[in-house]
Amino acid sequence: MGITLTIDGQRTRVPEGTTIFNAARELGITVPHLCYHPMLSVIGACRLCIVEVEGMTSLPASCSTPVKEGMVVATESARVVDARRQILDLLLANHPEDCLTCEKTGDCRLQAYAYQYGVQRSSFTGAVKHYDADENNPFFIRDHNKCILCGRCVYMCAEKVGANVYTFAYRGFEGKIAAGLDTGLENSPCIFCGNCISVCPTGALQPKLIRGQGRVFDVDKVQTVCPYCGVGCAISLQTNQGKIIGAVGANGPANNNLLCVKGRFGWDFIQHPDRLKQPLIRKGGELVPASWDEALDYAAAKLLEVKTRYGPGALGGLSSAKCTNEENYLFQKFIRLVLGTNNVDHCARLCHASTITGLSYAFGSGAATNSIAELEEAELILVVGSNTLEAHPVIGFWLHQAQRRGATLIVIDPRRTDLAEKADLFLQLAPGTDVALYLGMMHVIVDEGLHDREFIEERCEGFAELAAILPDYPPAKVARMTGVPEENIITAARLYAASKRATILYAMGITQHTSGTINVASLANLAMLTGNVGRPSTGIYPLRGQNNVQGACDMGALPDYLPGYQRVENEEVRAFFQEKWGKPLPQDRGLTVLEMMAEARAGNLRAMYIMGENPVLSDPDMAETEAALAKLDFLIVQDIFPTETSRYAHVVLPGASFAEKDGTFTNTERRIQRIRRAIRTVGESLPDWQIICQLSARMGYPMEYPSVAAVMAEIASVTPIYGGVSYDRLGDRGLQWPCPHRDHPGTQFLHHERFAAGKGNLAVVRPQEPAEVPDDEYPFILSTGRHLYHYHTGTMSRRSYGLETFRPEPYVEINPETAAKLGIKEGELVAVATRRGEIALKALITDRVGPRVLFIPFHYREAPANRLTSPALDPKAGIPELKVCAARLTKIRQVEEPLGEVVYTT
Amino acid sequence: MINTLGHLAMAPEETAILDKILARHAKDAGPLIPVLQDVQRQFGYLSRENLAYIARALKIPLSDVFGTASFYAQFYLAPRGENMVRVCQGTACHVQGSGGILAAFAAALGIDAGETTADGKFSLERVACVGSCGLAPVVMINQQTFGRLSPEDVPLLLAKLSMPLGEPQQKAHDQPQEDAP
Repeated sequence: MGITLTIDGQRTRVPEGTTIFNAARELGITVPHLCYHPMLSVIGACRLCIVEVEGMTSLPASCSTPVKEGMVVATESARVVDARRQILDLLLANHPEDCLTCEKTGDCRLQAYAYQYGVQRSSFTGAVKHYDADENNPFFIRDHNKCILCGRCVYMCAEKVGANVYTFAYRGFEGKIAAGLDTGLENSPCIFCGNCISVCPTGALQPKLIRGQGRVFDVDKVQTVCPYCGVGCAISLQTNQGKIIGAVGANGPANNNLLCVKGRFGWDFIQHPDRLKQPLIRKGGELVPASWDEALDYAAAKLLEVKTRYGPGALGGLSSAKCTNEENYLFQKFIRLVLGTNNVDHCARLCHASTITGLSYAFGSGAATNSIAELEEAELILVVGSNTLEAHPVIGFWLHQAQRRGATLIVIDPRRTDLAEKADLFLQLAPGTDVALYLGMMHVIVDEGLHDREFIEERCEGFAELAAILPDYPPAKVARMTGVPEENIITAARLYAASKRATILYAMGITQHTSGTINVASLANLAMLTGNVGRPSTGIYPLRGQNNVQGACDMGALPDYLPGYQRVENEEVRAFFQEKWGKPLPQDRGLTVLEMMAEARAGNLRAMYIMGENPVLSDPDMAETEAALAKLDFLIVQDIFPTETSRYAHVVLPGASFAEKDGTFTNTERRIQRIRRAIRTVGESLPDWQIICQLSARMGYPMEYPSVAAVMAEIASVTPIYGGVSYDRLGDRGLQWPCPHRDHPGTQFLHHERFAAGKGNLAVVRPQEPAEVPDDEYPFILSTGRHLYHYHTGTMSRRSYGLETFRPEPYVEINPETAAKLGIKEGELVAVATRRGEIALKALITDRVGPRVLFIPFHYREAPANRLTSPALDPKAGIPELKVCAARLTKIRQVEEPLGEVVYTT
Repeated sequence: MINTLGHLAMAPEETAILDKILARHAKDAGPLIPVLQDVQRQFGYLSRENLAYIARALKIPLSDVFGTASFYAQFYLAPRGENMVRVCQGTACHVQGSGGILAAFAAALGIDAGETTADGKFSLERVACVGSCGLAPVVMINQQTFGRLSPEDVPLLLAKLSMPLGEPQQKAHDQPQEDAP
């Protein structure tokens, strides 16, 4: 089969349906083009890729013309070249000739073709278009005068991103690409991911920060991994003379060249003047600069002093989900062997501790079962408690692409998020009623016989027990418990059960509850009941919030697990590590983050070593965290910036950022990827792993490694799931664990044919109320979370010019009905109070939240959401209930300044 | 401060009118253009708030709604004046000097074609042909046609308009729809 044709004298055979353009490309002939882009559908707007075909009178566009048997094609005939010159001439009629100062010089397709075809200056005279640049946003500029109307940005946004910002607007001579209502990007639904910039063939779209910093021939690129969320997007840092000047997407498995606003525009914190450039020691109440020797000697002496005086149990450490695997491995090793305690934990406790407990119980492994790229082939995607478009934007792009291919999207969330707006079915449940909802869905599935009997019989345990409680949760009753209409519960259950490739994504909306573990177990129940696990495009994805939170857990920065989820309380395991590490290990499980804080307040925990974390802002009930840190005899904080936490430190050690070191991060799909050094360390800062090694040596346990690759070799030797991982194998696409030996290709999806635990466990769980429910005094439910433009406690994102300029202020989301009742107007200052504290911030009136719900992003130190949140814990996972507490809302005063420009989203 | 759902700024009465129009076209296969036409009939033009509300209700990207509304000559994105002055620039009128007529109106009203006077009294538009080539050059003011004009006639014509023209001014919006391009 196939079609035979001749292109520029070469005979070739290609499959039917191939375009002339692609047939030529296979022969190594690239037909000149401006609108065609391999990531996008055929646009057919620029006409530059025209070719001459024998027997055809017109010159067809090769990008959109399929090959035919016996075609004879010429790509550079005299007629074609003449026509191409005409087209370029017409394009240049409306294009400024400012290549001398244009940022795109050297990388501009129009410039390249004008050069190639010798079109020096347009021969057309007459009216020329003049537009003001769209530049009132801090991220990038749209210069319509340089736009050639190819449509790549329109297609990129509509097909890959899903924001649908751009359109061909107006008509004829007036025609231009408009964003939203043509009132500037900042007033449009633009999410500033900048993926349009990456496909623009001319200088019409340009990032602001790179202006004047260097053009393509000045720039070096280093491929690494984005330091923000857990998606693990491949990113290339652009450098010029040792300075980072920009970032672009790279072709990684998780992102296929796409990035979000934080990845593309959030890198500039790296070179922010606030960076810690030398060690600091507290002297006379002040933190003053010190040498590394002085700071490390002092730190070592103080830690030893506390250990000698109070025993190892008085010490503890917080590792970092922002640091590399190697650093986390060395950190927990240091805490366990040198400090002699298992009191080591990190912020995974606050986000996915309940995932580890819940999924480990159900499947025997707490990690995402399947890979991100499999979302593309899913038939049905159920997104629960995840504001994916803001917290994991690039996975949001995958969801959009899956939906375009026909996947059904069901969203379950108390907030009507932008993803909920796009969903085929949206279930707006009352906060904290998840378990009831899934019981209702399971009731429908079992009642209607939609469960996968064979799968359950062969691979699961506990079905009879679970089935026995389901009659207590008919959809009508569950509708009353959750606020979700009965028919929607039934529809969601039927759709999910009927799909053979159904997949579940969830995030903090599930885990950050006192019922976190049982919420997770309920989702696992749903997957097992319907046999939607252990195959491609099925399974469950806990979306990890930090770039390396998966890795920090894998590396055993947890009080109960050694690297590779090997239980610290297991004697055999300890014996193995003792032999490998040559030092005895503490045998009792250690304290979690919040337990450490409680013990510190009680005076039992006396010294802490905190690396790359900011618990003052990230942990619940801020006043209690501050009290704990203030009480410590000795605190080391190791970070790249001064933080709210480092204010309590006795020694501050300056770490190097991700851009200044080598190592690996493990993303949310268990993929171990390399990060690479792009610039020299800032000031005297050092990579965290070197700091740990130096401190350890000063405390009598030298840890010497020639490179991070050597650390990874040791990790592989003690961590079965990383057994086959080594730097020479990682390349640009990494490896997914489990990868037990060097010949193992890594694992795309888990639980194929058999669960990690052998059989899957269906959990018998019943609904339970959140720890704090609204009452007369505190009548609202307060929920906290992220928004698109900032990240976690803002240590990085709030030092990024674009991100901070665009979203500088904290706010609380209030339903219009509630606002009307309390007489609150948009932008007015309100007070939100709970039993633990009160903060003042501006009101954002939106129907994203229901009338009884308030939502506050937790990024802002000037209105810290965690002054309000409840420290109530999930009993099994120790995760705090950050998503639900009772709150009061009062109006403070009228705003005097007029409201800003309105933003329209759809 | 940001208001991410701009249309929430609309008055409840306006929302009710839009909901009624949207309900009327709920079963249409391609409801966008009929909805835009009805909304314009109601308010005389398509406001940004209205477009945002329509986009969300129809689950059509805002940019697509705007692309459609800006493409067709029949849709207006800004409020129009009480009086619509349409100066024909068709072939016959062009030959008879309609360029000078348009310039005279622009000078007299102090606005360019496509704009509305600050007092909201007049909007000036160039149109392709009004089908009265025998009278070229032709101007339509509201529903009335004036032919064989010269630039000198323009101030007089406008002076006349300060007096009632014998037609209900508030119906100015209900113009015959122009041909779509």
